[in-house]
Amino acid sequence: MVKKLLLLVLLAGAGLMFWLGVSDYQVKEELNPIASYYADQGLEETGAANLVTAVVVRYRGLDTLGEVTILFLTASILGFFLIKGNKKETFRDSSEILKTASRLLEPIIILAGVYVFVNGHLTPGGGFQGGAILASALILSYLANPTDGISKTLLKVTESFSGLSFVIIGVLGIVLAGGFLDSTLLPAGSIGNLISAGVIPIIYIFVGLKVGSELAGIVTNLKYAPKNESE
Amino acid sequence: MITLEYITLGTGILLMLMGIWGLVTQKNLIKIVIGFTLVDTGIHILMVSIGHIKNRTAPIIDDAVNASEAANKVVDPIPQAMVLTAIVIGLGITALMLTFVVKMAKDNNSLNVSNFKSLKW
Amino acid sequence: MDPNLNIIIAIVLGIIILVFAALAIYHKKLSIAIIAAGAVSLLASIMYLLLAAPDVAMTEAAIGSGLSVIIFFYALSKIRKHHG
Repeated sequence: MVKKLLLLVLLAGAGLMFWLGVSDYQVKEELNPIASYYADQGLEETGAANLVTAVVVRYRGLDTLGEVTILFLTASILGFFLIKGNKKETFRDSSEILKTASRLLEPIIILAGVYVFVNGHLTPGGGFQGGAILASALILSYLANPTDGISKTLLKVTESFSGLSFVIIGVLGIVLAGGFLDSTLLPAGSIGNLISAGVIPIIYIFVGLKVGSELAGIVTNLKYAPKNESE
Repeated sequence: MITLEYITLGTGILLMLMGIWGLVTQKNLIKIVIGFTLVDTGIHILMVSIGHIKNRTAPIIDDAVNASEAANKVVDPIPQAMVLTAIVIGLGITALMLTFVVKMAKDNNSLNVSNFKSLKW
Repeated sequence: MDPNLNIIIAIVLGIIILVFAALAIYHKKLSIAIIAAGAVSLLASIMYLLLAAPDVAMTEAAIGSGLSVIIFFYALSKIRKHHG
């Protein structure tokens, strides 16, 4: 009981600290100088109508590279920890409704995910959102057919290839254009079209494919662990 | 004091404090992981609500917001870009923690945290 | 939307989020606690829409209340199958 009381006092102190830091928070009226620079020049320099996309891919491209690296590390550590023994797992057959419904729903969900990350520079959306929707479609296929879903080799090849292409495009930006992940590698067409904003749609396509196959691999490794083949 | 920013700020801070309380006092391993996800969500709400400016709209340039007056009509786009990355990394951390929980539960056959005392002196 | 309606919706959302968070910490059954944590993510995604952040709302709804709940239930089923 004393421990809980002590914890309560500690949390009250932490809450008071937060509130004091926040209580002279004036409600802002103007953007700070960096944000107003991004808002003013973002459209002309990159050609993307979605300002958050311009910040994530062009102005803060190194953070996106770091995040892609961390996701890759997580996927490899999970695959390392969950190597299964020699016991063969038998799965119960899933019900008829799930099998039939998944055959109808999977193409629609994949189409929705691909639409979201291909149009990332025009409307709200982008690589991470589209990748999460794509991962849901792949997990549905594993839920319906545990032994016969989308092949794991395809997922691994897609993930590695997309990650490699993302880094190659970034390095090409250093060699041929302004800096890492510069978007003036291809000409920025007219604003509002699908093929505009330089190389941003191509970068987001690779990021979306990589995040989608990676998240599907992480989630299905937790349940259907890969066999310990000697390779 | 009753404006939109203060309400969301308060919700974010209270959610974070409740998550820390659940993290420290619960004994079931999975409830500890749930406490981590609550702390994560609270911090993200706090970060996005700092970048909000009164009576302004989302940072996308289309018919509603012209290119020339964008700096007067949009909210701050930088915290939103940071939170986008942070949500995906939070999912990776949750997956790693659950892997460790599964491994620990297999060796000791229980989910109570007071059974794992082999590292205490 | 006029500002008064936004403030009322924000207050109601805030109270429901805190009630669900308390449910997630204190309920005895694990399945209900996991679903309550997913519901907190979903209501936070509505709050992001009130704060004029549509990208963040999409990401939080897809990842926080979709993939995270699936991961929890997979881990729970693996533990329970092993216990017999």
